[in-house]
Amino acid sequence: MASLELGAEIADPSQIDAPYGAEAPLNKPQRRFRWGRGAILIVTAAYFVVPFYAGMEYSLQRPTGGFSLTPLSQIASAPGFASALWLSTQLAVITMVVVMALMVPTVIYVHLRLPRFRRVMEVITILPIIIPPIAYSVGVLESAPQWLRNSQYLLAIVYVILAMPYVYRSLDAGLGALDVKTLVEASRSLGSSWLMTIWRVLVPNLRAALMSASVLTLALVFGEFTIANVDNWQTIPVWIYLAPTDNPRINTLVAMIALLATAVVLILIVSLDRSQSRNSRRSA
Amino acid sequence: MTSVTDVSTPVGADVHTLSGAPVVFDNLTRRFGATTALDRFSLNIAPGELVALLGPSGCGKTTALRVLAGFERPDSGRILVDEKDVSTVAAQHRNMGMVFQSYSLFPNMNARDNVAFGLHIRHQRSSQRRAKAAELLDLVGLGEHVSKYPHQLSGGQQQRVALARALAIEPRVLLLDEPLSALDAKVRAELRDQIRAIQQRLAITTVFVTHDQEEAMSMADRVCVMSRGHLEQVATPAVLYSQPATPFVGQFVGVSSRISVTRRGDHVEILGREVKIRGDLSAVPTGELEALVRPEDLDVAVNPTGLGVITHRSFLGATTRVGVGVAGANLRADVRSSLADDLDVGTRVDVSVNARDVLVAASQPAS
Ligand SMILES: Nc1ncnc2c1ncn2[C@@H]1O[C@H](COP(=O)(O)OP(=O)(O)O)[C@@H](O)[C@H]1O
Ligand SMILES: [Mg+2]
Repeated sequence: MASLELGAEIADPSQIDAPYGAEAPLNKPQRRFRWGRGAILIVTAAYFVVPFYAGMEYSLQRPTGGFSLTPLSQIASAPGFASALWLSTQLAVITMVVVMALMVPTVIYVHLRLPRFRRVMEVITILPIIIPPIAYSVGVLESAPQWLRNSQYLLAIVYVILAMPYVYRSLDAGLGALDVKTLVEASRSLGSSWLMTIWRVLVPNLRAALMSASVLTLALVFGEFTIANVDNWQTIPVWIYLAPTDNPRINTLVAMIALLATAVVLILIVSLDRSQSRNSRRSA
Repeated sequence: MTSVTDVSTPVGADVHTLSGAPVVFDNLTRRFGATTALDRFSLNIAPGELVALLGPSGCGKTTALRVLAGFERPDSGRILVDEKDVSTVAAQHRNMGMVFQSYSLFPNMNARDNVAFGLHIRHQRSSQRRAKAAELLDLVGLGEHVSKYPHQLSGGQQQRVALARALAIEPRVLLLDEPLSALDAKVRAELRDQIRAIQQRLAITTVFVTHDQEEAMSMADRVCVMSRGHLEQVATPAVLYSQPATPFVGQFVGVSSRISVTRRGDHVEILGREVKIRGDLSAVPTGELEALVRPEDLDVAVNPTGLGVITHRSFLGATTRVGVGVAGANLRADVRSSLADDLDVGTRVDVSVNARDVLVAASQPAS
């Protein structure tokens, strides 16, 4: 038998090169689209950069002409800014902790035990995007316990719901790249408890997914205006819009800085995501 | 079709130093909806023995292994390890090392940390863990790759790290679920020998799942052939091959030709010769019968007036396998290559059976 198979392989010369040939053409498709890509990149960049530049110009231009960085130093002392920043930061931290504590075990459970339920989960978790946010704020307000109703932290509950679609998708994709069942069973057979397995095996391999979920949540909390405004809490976006500063340029400047910070973090995530998926692809 | 549920005394137990744990599968049944993955499955494994679970895909091998590991609860039946019932013990407390079919190394840890993982869980000191991991990676021949990550290792190397990781916890039983099936033929053969050598050296009770009969026959002390969730036969490779207890085993292990026969008491007539029926006569089905005959149990001799015609030949090394068309059937026979020179395709031959006894089965419709 063995001799027959050997004969068959040699008879087909294309197979001899296969292991080397398979690796060679990897870079080809990237070359072909270089021009189209460049054009798209330029147009997209312009779409973001032009308004950003205009905003910066507006806030940093001196009435007498030329630019000045003094508005930057005025931000911290602008009335209401510090408390708005503190509130938004608290809300961001609470939202992140709660949404992760809820979603990480849920997504792992769905992947392990209810794989057929994944489609249903996708639909459920997209609802917060479809239903207008104002409906939640009313719903959450109605159903919240009395002691929470007048608390500013009630907002965090609304933000947990709003963040769910992003967090779910991010974690779902992260887990999809792993052979969760085998990793979990390997860990368990080595004597590890469930908690230990999640903490030592799954979470470290979901680093990029958790990171992007966190940043999306952060961006959401620092960008959400409608609900915070309706409920009358002065978060950063509400402050930017309403702050009774004598200098509206400062508000614009804060908005621009927030935009820039988000962009930088997003770029960091994308590059982190890439290096991680490169690793897992090779090990798969 | 009768199944042999008689669990005979394990062979091979005496050749090892007995340090592994004895394992008993006791009448296990596991259903998934309408599928019965395990059907009253029983098997005794001696300390230090390597038993291969062999059978076609979907026959319940993995389920049996997962029930033993604690990942699957049986609907009924028990698992005994060291004479203690572990059926209700959680997987994490069973202390069994497992190597999986798919690559299962933790991608975020290098080879050493993967191997040391189970020791970490057991709160061993860091220096101790590192020493033990290095020792085990040496054992599997990867001493130079301790700080490589899974994606930097080949498939065969990854499976060897997985083996070292499973052995690091000094498991009472080693479980291997088709660990070689994703590897190419050469690596597979090497690793097969290496696993067997390590298993014998450590004298660890081992259950090895495979659908590859060559793998099972070459590695195992005993082979347990399964079909549709139940045990067909468990025996040493030699016995399994020469005395298959059921037609399923006869057909699945090795190559058999089927020849129509008629029964005469405890004999059947095959190609003009009376041959004894093997095994339990009461289990022989009524109706049309076929005998299962191994290629080496057929003799072929050139005879210009013979009833058989050579239909093909293939050189296998020491032997040459020829196809012989006779009375509408196509039989496979092995002849010594030195005697096969004049057996060209189209040659007329006589075919006869040289076996003492044969296995008979109900006739299958021609496919
Ligand atoms: N988790 C499960 N859910 C449903 N059916 C399963 C599950 N695991 C195994 N089965 C079924 O049980 C039978 C035996 O499976 P398995 O033990 O994996 O077979 P093998 O390892 O011998 O190929 C198959 O028919 C398979 O489809
Ligand atoms: Mg299987």
